[in-house]
Amino acid sequence: MALPTYASPLERLWYYTYLTICVLIFLFLIAPILVVIPLSFNPDADFTLGAEFLDPATYSLRWYDTLLTLGHPATADAPRDDAWWSAVWERSTWVQAAKNSLWVGLWATILATTLGTIAALGLSRPEMPYRRLIMALLISPMIVPIIIIAVGMSFFYAKACVAPDSAMALIFGWMLSEKGCLANSHLGVIVAHAVLGIPFVIITVTATLSGFDQSLIRAAQSMGANPRTVFFKVIMPLILPGVISGALFAFVTSFDEVVAVLFIAGPDQQTIPRQMFNGIREAISPAILAVATILVVISVLLLATVEVLRRRSDRLRGVTGR
Amino acid sequence: MKKTLILTTALVGLGFAANADVTVMSWGGAYGEAQTEAFVKPFMAETGIKTIMVDSDNPATPVKAMVESGNVTVDVANIEYADAIRLCDEGILEPIDASTLPAGADGTPAIDDFLPGAITECGVSTDIWSNVFAYDNTKFPEGPTTVADFFDLEKFPGKRGLKKGAKAVLEFALMGDGVPASEVYDVLSTPEGVERAFAKLDTIKKDVVWWEAGSQAPQLLADGEVVMTTAYNGRIFAAAQNEGKPFQIVWDGHIYENEMFVIPKGAPNMEQAMEFIRFATSTEGLRASAQQISYGPARKSSMAEEIIYKDGKTVMAPHLPTAPENMANALETSADFWVDHDSELNERFQAWLAQ
Amino acid sequence: MADAAQILTTADGRPLKAALAAAQGRAKRRAFLLVLPLLLFVLLTFLVPIAYMLMRSVEHDGFAASAPALVEWFDENPDFDPANPPEEAFAALVQDLARMQEERTTGIAGTRINYSVPGSISMFKKGAREAAGLEPPYKEALLAVDANFGRPALWRGMASASNAYTAEFYLVASDRKLTDAGWARGGDKERIYLYLFGKTFMISALITVICLLLAFPVAHLLATLPMSKAALLMILVLLPFWTSLLVRTTAWIVLLQEQGVVNNLLVGLGLLDDKGRLSMMYNMTGTVVAMTHVLLPFMILPLYSVMRVIPPSYARAARSLGATSWTTFRRVYLPQTLPGIAAGSLLVFILAVGYYITPALVGGADGQLISNLIQFHMSKSNWSLAAAIAAMLLAAILILYWIYDRLVGIDRLKFG
Repeated sequence: MALPTYASPLERLWYYTYLTICVLIFLFLIAPILVVIPLSFNPDADFTLGAEFLDPATYSLRWYDTLLTLGHPATADAPRDDAWWSAVWERSTWVQAAKNSLWVGLWATILATTLGTIAALGLSRPEMPYRRLIMALLISPMIVPIIIIAVGMSFFYAKACVAPDSAMALIFGWMLSEKGCLANSHLGVIVAHAVLGIPFVIITVTATLSGFDQSLIRAAQSMGANPRTVFFKVIMPLILPGVISGALFAFVTSFDEVVAVLFIAGPDQQTIPRQMFNGIREAISPAILAVATILVVISVLLLATVEVLRRRSDRLRGVTGR
Repeated sequence: MKKTLILTTALVGLGFAANADVTVMSWGGAYGEAQTEAFVKPFMAETGIKTIMVDSDNPATPVKAMVESGNVTVDVANIEYADAIRLCDEGILEPIDASTLPAGADGTPAIDDFLPGAITECGVSTDIWSNVFAYDNTKFPEGPTTVADFFDLEKFPGKRGLKKGAKAVLEFALMGDGVPASEVYDVLSTPEGVERAFAKLDTIKKDVVWWEAGSQAPQLLADGEVVMTTAYNGRIFAAAQNEGKPFQIVWDGHIYENEMFVIPKGAPNMEQAMEFIRFATSTEGLRASAQQISYGPARKSSMAEEIIYKDGKTVMAPHLPTAPENMANALETSADFWVDHDSELNERFQAWLAQ
Repeated sequence: MADAAQILTTADGRPLKAALAAAQGRAKRRAFLLVLPLLLFVLLTFLVPIAYMLMRSVEHDGFAASAPALVEWFDENPDFDPANPPEEAFAALVQDLARMQEERTTGIAGTRINYSVPGSISMFKKGAREAAGLEPPYKEALLAVDANFGRPALWRGMASASNAYTAEFYLVASDRKLTDAGWARGGDKERIYLYLFGKTFMISALITVICLLLAFPVAHLLATLPMSKAALLMILVLLPFWTSLLVRTTAWIVLLQEQGVVNNLLVGLGLLDDKGRLSMMYNMTGTVVAMTHVLLPFMILPLYSVMRVIPPSYARAARSLGATSWTTFRRVYLPQTLPGIAAGSLLVFILAVGYYITPALVGGADGQLISNLIQFHMSKSNWSLAAAIAAMLLAAILILYWIYDRLVGIDRLKFG
């Protein structure tokens, strides 16, 4: 909103006040995220804030180092040879949590994106019956409070078990808990996170499909393409940016999810958010801030990817502007 | 396609962190670290059984929930004395055969080597610890010296840290109101006594910061969020010793008890769990624990020689809850009382808190 | 003949109407088949667990399963007088108490009765310990152990709990309590559930209003700036959206605690005395500030998408007709943003009502919301009660969701 030339002095004053207010609100949005970054380089265990934060010369990587050494069996002054690093990979608490988070996130994303994309294709067909009701149902994991979902899952997943030595146990057993149940198992966390990611996939993919010209499909069919060719050669390239955005949303949802993990996961499914949650409850050490800083960097990268993809998608679909 | 499937399967197998054989649930923080050093690391080195520690604010709560939902992931848990009896009565815990516990280093059978009451039907004592209150002596050089001082906001202004729960807090409030340690449970057994305890808490309610995990207490004190707080004595000791914090423990009116190792009913690795308990509660195990944190061992043979802290110079005896000079006005938690009243008083406490 | 001529047929002689219907049916089935795998997945992993939870909210066999003699007696005597139960009833109770002691079910049975009649657990434990040694007449013997065994409220509670299916948990979650005369509202000191529900809705409304006030100018600025600049500023709105919730919560703790950045800054600038540091964390203030920050993007985005398509010409027309800028805003601009306000406010309110993490971490004692109470009861193994509270919250959310769908339409949800 540029200031019109006929604005009165009062309007001018109001306009600049308004701009100041906006700057303050942006500051409110961004400052908390940025403030953790310099604090994570704080060399002291003592977590007080002084002027030294303005001086990068005092910065230290001490707390990033503790991310490697927490849970590490060796003593602090042990030489950092290959054996030391392989122990980091196998034993360090934060590294284990990162591995679990990544793998759970990856599988949840694959599950949510595959099922979600196929469903979105059906949902955006004009013939789809009960469209509104089904949409409402599929979006509901985002609306229903996570605590309710987690409570329901913790009741049900403890009972959702396979009989030992059954065919199901042979196929899924290695991903279930020792008792063959969904609770306390990697599979349980994966499906829980997949459900939570589905609304995001549905929303982004149907949004991409809403600008999709259905006549392109008919054109391809009239030229003799079979359904498979139509899907991979025509539909997929056009909706791919939406699918990837949805997948990234689903991944972030899983990567940041802690309540369901707290309720249904066992000690073997320690994830980064769970580790952070416990850390924050007990005491915010600068180590938590080091993790936070890493996560901020990751989210910046993800956001950049999504923005680039969306612009590309808009350009491809011929939509101008944002 | 098949190849990728096999590949991804293999990747997932590699990807997830490996499972543990024995999972021990304890209270986290300095206590958890001490137990990792004293029990877990030597146990793994000696037996090769992969053992991990998981933390909880109070392991008795998740253990009960796990057993009742038939979903047990913990093999050994570290819980309070009254809870060890209460949960045993309720069929939540496995009975432990005391005769399989190792004899003392001097050959005394375990039953005689442990202090009276330190072995129950379902539990074996890991240490004797205490609820104390502590303050930052840079803020109050003259210091509070009695429980009554804790409730005196005029003489010692500032926020107070208190554990979020009825147990030990109600007793503490009554002692702050002038009830001598020996009469606390008689008073608390009456409805008027309960009212009296809550009335005393009401006087400081708006100045209380409630903590749940044991490690929050020293942190609140260190951050200056409170000027004094109740805490588990070992946590304060660790902060003062290891990080040089100016924390001072007040032993007046401290509330001590045994901490117990128990095995939840349906634990996935019962045998290894028992092996862990035998290892940890041996003469050497309990002694090693007391070298890591200021909680007293419950075996006579562990105290046969003077216990020195891991820094190599601090003598532990005066820092233990059971040291004679700390027992002047001390209260032993009544297991009988809490076995019966735990649920009700905690419910009442929760309602009081939400008001 | 006349009829047949009017019916259009396809090339192979079938009526066109039927052929069309068949084709449409096929298309419908195909579309539905695409959605089916996901529907099944959501059904199994999401809907069934929630249905299971609802079932738990009306089922608890803790007492019914451990007191067979009393259950039988209650079955035979449905119309007994709770104020004065006969000797056989006491005999059955003593028999069951002895059995509970043996099978270690005192805790679970007592807990079940304790929900409606507080104080029952310790009575049951005391009674069960003595039961084996009691001699008839059982009524007097048991009353000698604890006079409360004669309370009508206890007998009402046991009669009700002898059936595994019950609506009692909803009564308890509405702060009702079983008294000697029947169900009644609990005393002032015991009413917490409805109070917390009310508090949760109030706080959510407050957060919604703050979000709206903060989001409005920002969305307006974004909507009126040239596209390239707006896109750049949009990043500032989207970054918090993409940043881990736990990171943002951590950041607020670091900023607002008593020794935190804000307090240090104020003390450093001399605006605040070192002793007079503000308490902004671990209380309601902390919850409100951190939740506002988390939910603000959910308000900005819908507002922005509505404001972007408001043609500036209306405002210009109003101004040229002599309206002041305030009137223009109030009478012309604001009404056009109402769909965005409705969409954003409803979404923020819905998300706020069920919030768990932030209040759990920064709420302290008085910043807890209803979700935290659900978690509390879950951790204490009060599953049926937790499920009942969750079901009540779920009902509220579903109503709001339905309103949202009516007013805004769920397919209008978008991110970024």
